[in-house]
Amino acid sequence: MLQLENLKKSFRLPEGQRLAVLDVPSLFIGAGEQVVLMGESGGGKTTLLHCIAGIMQADSGSIRLDNIELTRLSEAGRDRVRASKLGYVFQTFNLLAGFTALENVRLGMTFGNGKHDIARAHDLLNRVGLGDRLHHKPSAMSVGQQQRVAVARALANRPRLLLADEPTANIDPTNQQKIIDLLRDVCTEENVAMLMVTHSPTVAEQFSRVERLESINVAWRESAPI
Amino acid sequence: MNLLLIAWRNMQQRGLASVLTVVSMALGVALVVMVLSISWLVTESFDRNSNVGCNLIVGSKGSPLQLTLNTIYYLSRPIEVLPYEDYLEFLPGDERQAMIKKIGGKIWDPDKAGIHSTTMKGGFAIPVCLGDYYGQFRVVGTTSMFFEKLRYGNQSDIEYRFAEGRNFLDESPEHGFYEAVIGWQVAREMGKRVGDTFQLNHGDPEGEGHGQQFHIVGIVAPTGTPNDRAAFVNLEGFLLLDKHSRAFENPAIAGHALVDVQPDVPSTPKFAGRLPLGKRDLTAILLKPSSGFGAMRLEMAVNKSAHAMATSPIQQIAIMLDFFVRPVQYALLALTFLVCLVSAVSILVSIYNSMNERRRDIAVMRALGARRDIVMAVILLESLLIALLGGAAGWLMGHLAGFIASPLVEDRTGIRVGLLNATSSLELTLLPGIVVLATLAGIIPALVAYRTDVSKNLS
Ligand SMILES: Nc1ncnc2c1ncn2[C@@H]1O[C@H](COP(=O)(O)OP(=O)(O)OP(=O)(O)O)[C@@H](O)[C@H]1O
Ligand SMILES: [Mg+2]
Repeated sequence: MLQLENLKKSFRLPEGQRLAVLDVPSLFIGAGEQVVLMGESGGGKTTLLHCIAGIMQADSGSIRLDNIELTRLSEAGRDRVRASKLGYVFQTFNLLAGFTALENVRLGMTFGNGKHDIARAHDLLNRVGLGDRLHHKPSAMSVGQQQRVAVARALANRPRLLLADEPTANIDPTNQQKIIDLLRDVCTEENVAMLMVTHSPTVAEQFSRVERLESINVAWRESAPI
Repeated sequence: MNLLLIAWRNMQQRGLASVLTVVSMALGVALVVMVLSISWLVTESFDRNSNVGCNLIVGSKGSPLQLTLNTIYYLSRPIEVLPYEDYLEFLPGDERQAMIKKIGGKIWDPDKAGIHSTTMKGGFAIPVCLGDYYGQFRVVGTTSMFFEKLRYGNQSDIEYRFAEGRNFLDESPEHGFYEAVIGWQVAREMGKRVGDTFQLNHGDPEGEGHGQQFHIVGIVAPTGTPNDRAAFVNLEGFLLLDKHSRAFENPAIAGHALVDVQPDVPSTPKFAGRLPLGKRDLTAILLKPSSGFGAMRLEMAVNKSAHAMATSPIQQIAIMLDFFVRPVQYALLALTFLVCLVSAVSILVSIYNSMNERRRDIAVMRALGARRDIVMAVILLESLLIALLGGAAGWLMGHLAGFIASPLVEDRTGIRVGLLNATSSLELTLLPGIVVLATLAGIIPALVAYRTDVSKNLS
């Protein structure tokens, strides 16, 4: 489903040197598989997710999603893949403040080529327990509720892969567990593969496959002495 | 969810700033609409007034524009006078003789035909005396032909009607030479009706009264011409007023061998005692020869004389329109377009200022799969939305203002503005104009959106 090979990403620092952040020889995630990614802060987890999502252009290597080679696509092509095959949940500032919960979810299906399925938007919000908050703006919802809307939005376009970047970092333990359960259940139901970044061992231990970035990323070992 | 709704939500989110920019656009467009309406109104009223029903005005030599302003618009400083004898030159032989007989007095060659009578055949000449006031309104001494022969309206085909009463008579059994009709605005503002009387002030509105009362026998129905704001009295009565007879020998007459004609005995003693020839002066003569060619010949012939000139009022009005009114209209229009430009800049500033707060929103949309050109289009749409909303509101405001002012304007000009009467074809350029302005205003923030780095703004 998702296959990375020799993925490299480095940043040009202001002083002129290059900072090698990612050098991942290989990573594979099967269809519907749920993988937790852990690792030191600054290790490159977000960078990896951005590369997979096509938000960031990798320096070299291959990213295959559903047999599509993302690195060979134009930016607009990657936008299209992201719109139709990917869901993304961020740590914070996920929702558009001017839009209601329902509208935020509908935004998730606006840019793909799929239909504007309002019924699905309703269903998803019901599924995350916010059926009675359809027309609330983010400012009228708790952080936990907002993050549930974000989960619903990430799934709105029926993605094949859901990327979640520390989705529970800002949430209290009870709600944290709710979000994790939700992500796991919905992804299982809809057979969506998931790659979730977390710093929480409590979260990580609930998943059968946990990857540490340090162990799959050659660049980390090389720059570690810093 | 379509892009328009996204743009609309973005606009809503900026709340007050959006409202203010909409208002500023609305004001700009309202100004454009109002200026266009006023231009329409001015042109319309000039059009109406330029068809005064006569082709030529004859007056004492001087400024043709001033003669026209005086005679048609009852504006500007008073002008020199013409001898009444000049008027007789436009009459055919029999009419001229009859007139001389009726009036009596000193005249040269009482039996000949008027020198312009052949060219005038089939047309008419109307004598006009100006210089007195009734309240703030000009008084026109003339003959009943003024309302019988002259026409008004864009096609010069509308006859004068009387809202009340009738035209005045040259010889009235009841009031002698002292009948008058007044424009409807004069009637309204002075509170006069048929049957009332008034007296004229000599020279200016505050001048001394003449003492002689004129009897109002008719009120002219609204025409939308300056005649609504004038009082018309029988020339014979006007001439008999104190200080209206010729004080000095008119040089135009000097050198002629004069014959003293005894006036016919009038049918009743009431009609005796007209101001005799040799003492009568006029301000102007309104001419309508039967053909345009005749008008040209007359103009040349009259202009050869040492003391008189003829001018075409339509030409003078066109000159006035082209040299004084149009430039002002265009200047005003240019100013209002500048106002629109300023409101477009205010759209730019307001959206641009919000771009910093919006970077994350844009990045989120991009993360959801929106292409660069889509987020750009959303910003452009927002600018367009503001401009079009403002434009529509302004268009309505402009016409509503015209509608509200309509009764007042109709009072002054006789032209009904209504809600959409004053819609000019230039307004059609408003829509593309607004679209272009909005696009120009939106393009800079839209480019900012286009270039927003997703990865940086997501963290
Ligand atoms: N645009 C950039 N330019 C230069 N360096 C960058 C850029 N983005 C990230 N980096 C660097 O790349 C490294 C990896 O950053 P990244 O955000 O991927 O780490 P992370 O593993 O997600 O950390 P955290 O757990 O704190 O979120 C960091 O050292 C960071 O400073
Ligand atoms: Mg991170």
